[in-house]
Amino acid sequence: MRTPATGGHDATLAIDFIGVHKWYGTFHALRNINLTVKRGERIVICGPSGSGKSTLIRCVNGLEEHQRGSIIVDGVELTRDVKRIDEVRKDVGMVFQSFNLFPHLTVLENCTLAPIWVRKTPKRQAEDIAMKLLRRVKIPEQASKYPAQLSGGQQQRVAIARALCMNPRIMLFDEPTSALDPEMVKEVLDTMSELAQEGMTMMVVTHEMGFARQVADRVVFMDNGEIVEINAPDPFFDNPRHQRTKLFLSQILH
Amino acid sequence: MSQTLVFVRTKSEPLDPPPTLSSSVLVWARANLFSSIGSTVTTLAFVALVLWLLPELFSWTITQAVWNAKDGEACRQHQDGACWAFISAKLDYLRFGSYPVDQRWRVNLTEWVGAVLIAWLLWPEAPKRGMAALLFFAIFPIFAFVLLHGSGWLGLPIVDTLLWGGMLITLLTAAVGIVFSLPLGVLLALGRRSRMPVVRSASILFIEFVRGVPFITILFMANAMLPLFLPEAWAPDRLLRPLVGMALFSAAYMAEEVRGGLQSLRRGQYEAAMALGLSYPLMMGLVILPQALTLVIPGIVNNFVGLFMDTTLVSIVGLADFLEAMNNAMKDPAWSGPTIMPTGYVFAGVFYFMFCFGMTRYSAFVEGKLAKGRKR
Repeated sequence: MRTPATGGHDATLAIDFIGVHKWYGTFHALRNINLTVKRGERIVICGPSGSGKSTLIRCVNGLEEHQRGSIIVDGVELTRDVKRIDEVRKDVGMVFQSFNLFPHLTVLENCTLAPIWVRKTPKRQAEDIAMKLLRRVKIPEQASKYPAQLSGGQQQRVAIARALCMNPRIMLFDEPTSALDPEMVKEVLDTMSELAQEGMTMMVVTHEMGFARQVADRVVFMDNGEIVEINAPDPFFDNPRHQRTKLFLSQILH
Repeated sequence: MSQTLVFVRTKSEPLDPPPTLSSSVLVWARANLFSSIGSTVTTLAFVALVLWLLPELFSWTITQAVWNAKDGEACRQHQDGACWAFISAKLDYLRFGSYPVDQRWRVNLTEWVGAVLIAWLLWPEAPKRGMAALLFFAIFPIFAFVLLHGSGWLGLPIVDTLLWGGMLITLLTAAVGIVFSLPLGVLLALGRRSRMPVVRSASILFIEFVRGVPFITILFMANAMLPLFLPEAWAPDRLLRPLVGMALFSAAYMAEEVRGGLQSLRRGQYEAAMALGLSYPLMMGLVILPQALTLVIPGIVNNFVGLFMDTTLVSIVGLADFLEAMNNAMKDPAWSGPTIMPTGYVFAGVFYFMFCFGMTRYSAFVEGKLAKGRKR
């Protein structure tokens, strides 16, 4: 399918962070990140605010630029080359905290925009795929509405459908439920759980510890721009080993 | 005893309509026109003013006006009303300037085709508006140029631009200014926000320079300096120079307007577009600009209105636009008289007002439509 840009690429790897550093001005935001995400793996990243977890997943599709080390996504190393970044973005879907739907387009148009213009899918076919995915996130009846007419939970499910319309191999979620009213969190988490059951490779930044325990293969705890602890969810929550992990968990699980 | 500390609802409160709002004219007038002594006095004063002015205006423009006359004699004897006969006598000159009489059908045809295309383009429910846009922006300018200027190949005699004048010049200048200033302004606005230092600096330099000098200076410069920069064989036409000046001047203001729109979009819109793999041109064309331009419609139309007014300044570099043609027409000794000048300027005022008011109403209509569609 794709010719790997790096020699000797391991085809079971989805994302590989190798010694990644990032600075905002003089602020050292990511410090020597080493993390390997296998194909089909679900990674949940948690940590206090300002710990660099959002920055980390935004590096995966080049929304943030890292300054040292390398990030290899699906066999393509991210460089400053715009073409290469666009190539990676086609295969990596992203869901944002504030939905970021396009308010001037209907729900259906939001979903078909990128397939039609980036993938050059014929319009009719793109609409069929979009309707299929809107059914999957259980809002096909909203297809002709504008985003502002939808509830937060519905908007976020549209955002998930929009990302899925590009048929991505990896999905990134940047605090997808943090901007939602409490009664709408579940519908979005359910959608994400279904996606996980279908074998999608996922990196999720979230404070939903129930979701992490249920869905994640591994939980990554970050603090001050570095990875502090990585473990499977059960040992991570039941038996955290690092002092900072214990402190964090004691603060959020009451 | 009526207040309970623990409460469980057993029966739902009924959903009632709101209490009837009295909507009679008298109630409305009392609330809005005569709510206090001050508002009563103001209302009465305005009513008196209107009652005093309206009959004057009506008699000057309609009942006491001279509608038909061969020359200025009737108007000189009848000084209580407008001299509309003067306008109808000079209408052809006001419309075409010195464009040859037997060729004026070409101007008429161009204006009709232009009007039909604009109506097609501006009517939101019209079918195939993309086709209208293509015709208007790509085909019509060539069509208009060939028809107005002439072409030996088609057997249309060449009409030198020196002879063009009147509303033809005004509408042409405004149309060229409007059609070119918006795309140029968008490019300048994007350039000003570019990450490439050369592009950014060049855009800032151009915008700030143009905004820093009066339009008349630009016109003089376009007139005197464009020929200096280009080889003689390419020396631009006398009419083309102010048109270029007009488009560039207006583009600088448009750029700042568009930049305001770009800045008011949240970063998430850019990020979502990028995350979907849209390239820069696709992101701008499909996601960012449609939203940014919609936000600044009032400002853009404001610029268009200003541009329409500014077309009167081209007379300074020797073009006989509509207002200049009116000035020339008023110098005709056969039509000299005290009512000629007020008549001429009232007519000119109505002409400019119609176009500018039309533009602002259309922009309000579009805004209302967009607001309804999106229910924000």
